[in-house]
Amino acid sequence: MIFRGLSRGCAFLVPALIGGIFLALLIYSLPAIKKFGVGFLVSPEWNPVTQEFGAASSIFGTVVSTLIAMLLAVPLSLAIAFFLVELAPPKVSRVVSTLIELLAAIPSIIFGMWGLFVFAPFLQTQVQPWLASTLGFLPLFQGPPMGIGIMSAGIILAFMILPFICAIARDVFLLVPRTIRESAFGMGATTWEVMYKVMIPYGLVGLIGAVFLGLGRALGETMAITFVIGNSHRISASLFAAGNSIASTLANEFAEATEPMYVSSLIALGLVLFLITYLVQILAQFLLRRLYRSWSVGL
Amino acid sequence: MKPRPPIGRRLVNGVVSGLAAASALMGLLALAWIFWGVLSRGVGALNLDFFTSLPNPPGVSGGGVANAIVGTLAMTGLATLLAVPVGIMAGVFLSEFGQKSRLADQSRFAANVLMGMPSIIIGVFVYAILVLPRGKFSGYAGALSLGIIMLPVVARTAEDMLRLLPNTLREAGLALGAPTWKVTLTILFRAAKPGLLTGILLAVARVSGETAPLLFTALNSPYWESSLAGPTPNLTVTIFNFAMSPYPDWQQMAWGASLLITCGVLALNLAARFFLGEKHS
Repeated sequence: MIFRGLSRGCAFLVPALIGGIFLALLIYSLPAIKKFGVGFLVSPEWNPVTQEFGAASSIFGTVVSTLIAMLLAVPLSLAIAFFLVELAPPKVSRVVSTLIELLAAIPSIIFGMWGLFVFAPFLQTQVQPWLASTLGFLPLFQGPPMGIGIMSAGIILAFMILPFICAIARDVFLLVPRTIRESAFGMGATTWEVMYKVMIPYGLVGLIGAVFLGLGRALGETMAITFVIGNSHRISASLFAAGNSIASTLANEFAEATEPMYVSSLIALGLVLFLITYLVQILAQFLLRRLYRSWSVGL
Repeated sequence: MKPRPPIGRRLVNGVVSGLAAASALMGLLALAWIFWGVLSRGVGALNLDFFTSLPNPPGVSGGGVANAIVGTLAMTGLATLLAVPVGIMAGVFLSEFGQKSRLADQSRFAANVLMGMPSIIIGVFVYAILVLPRGKFSGYAGALSLGIIMLPVVARTAEDMLRLLPNTLREAGLALGAPTWKVTLTILFRAAKPGLLTGILLAVARVSGETAPLLFTALNSPYWESSLAGPTPNLTVTIFNFAMSPYPDWQQMAWGASLLITCGVLALNLAARFFLGEKHS
């Protein structure tokens, strides 16, 4: 009885933690919410000196860097999953999967170091000048190539979330019943046609779930972004420009914030991030769960 | 006779297959590039001093991060002590008692959500409940935030590993008249040991590279700290501070520390795989 109660208590702790996090963030951000209201979400002003705080620039940076990451990572990880499931010989597939999973194990801060000292200079000297000269007529690619900025943040994010999307997409593909796959091959379809016309539609819900899981990761990623995004509270159309994200603002300014309103505004920023990732997570879980349940296998 | 698809379709198939293989290659190249970057820059920083002395002020070459290594180990250790018993017990409930009950369902769901929660949010949470009321940064706060991050990983792997055990094992124990707690502790835990160990190793690997939740809980410190009650030195925040500094000596140290962390995390991951592999064979 005691044992059962104890284990029950421990299991209850997990949802309680989520509730606790929400409540704590809400309580501590109340002063900022009271002072700025809904304007907090849309005001681009972030000035600790005048005590004016708005989340727009951080939200903008989070959304844009995540968008770049998703545009790169989703096709890449689906292609890698396709390679692992259909093309590679089993041995190669096993080794490559392990290596891709190791990419997920590398801590965020290592991506940050590499991004700041290796990748950003590479972008600055090799990629960005070329983009500026060929596509420079677009506002996206204007301004001085600095290496660090929204663009490098987005690309590094893509590498970080790729293994997560890839691992789930691979599992989804592997779960498609053999008979369905093989009957498509039996009809004379090529490998790509089986993937595109049978496997992808069949596992679509799961694939969307995988994408949302990656999205959740990308939105909250902190250290790598903090290293390379440049940390400026300005909204700019150019991808070369420095920006910031919710998480990077928190990482940079939290330890130094002393005035209560400053701290409260930062916690309010945290609350915004919590709510966004919570919604994305719930959607992802819901989709994946529906898929696994309809295929009657455990998550 | 084997009719082949027309040339156009075969062409598309070939192109797409090539692109897929190229994508896989690109993923591997990224991994190699990162690893080589850390290895080539970090290896020069590693020497005896690196592991045994305190950081030097900027401009003075030499020095080490011994205090940060100890601080990271201490906080990770304490976090493990906090998260492992609770996590395993939660896993026991999910697999042995709760199974399909509402609480188990919600707990499982919450664990998945918590696993995907940005670690910096956990840091803000611990800051709000522990640092703000006490008025100072502390290693305990750092350990607590790491523990919260570990908890769902341990709980979910513990559940999965216990579930894999055959029911006959439980029935045999119960038939001998042993109560459920005894069956779980003495029979199931022993049978699931490699799996449970894997979960713990993965959880430790997950948090040993974490920086964001430590930034404003444990903070950092350039000195030896005798307890976790105040700001506690740790490797990851040291990397962050040193890398962002304009001093080449410090940046060099940051690379050394990065190499150390990367090797540690990869070793833990490979060890976890090894344990799991042993169980399957």
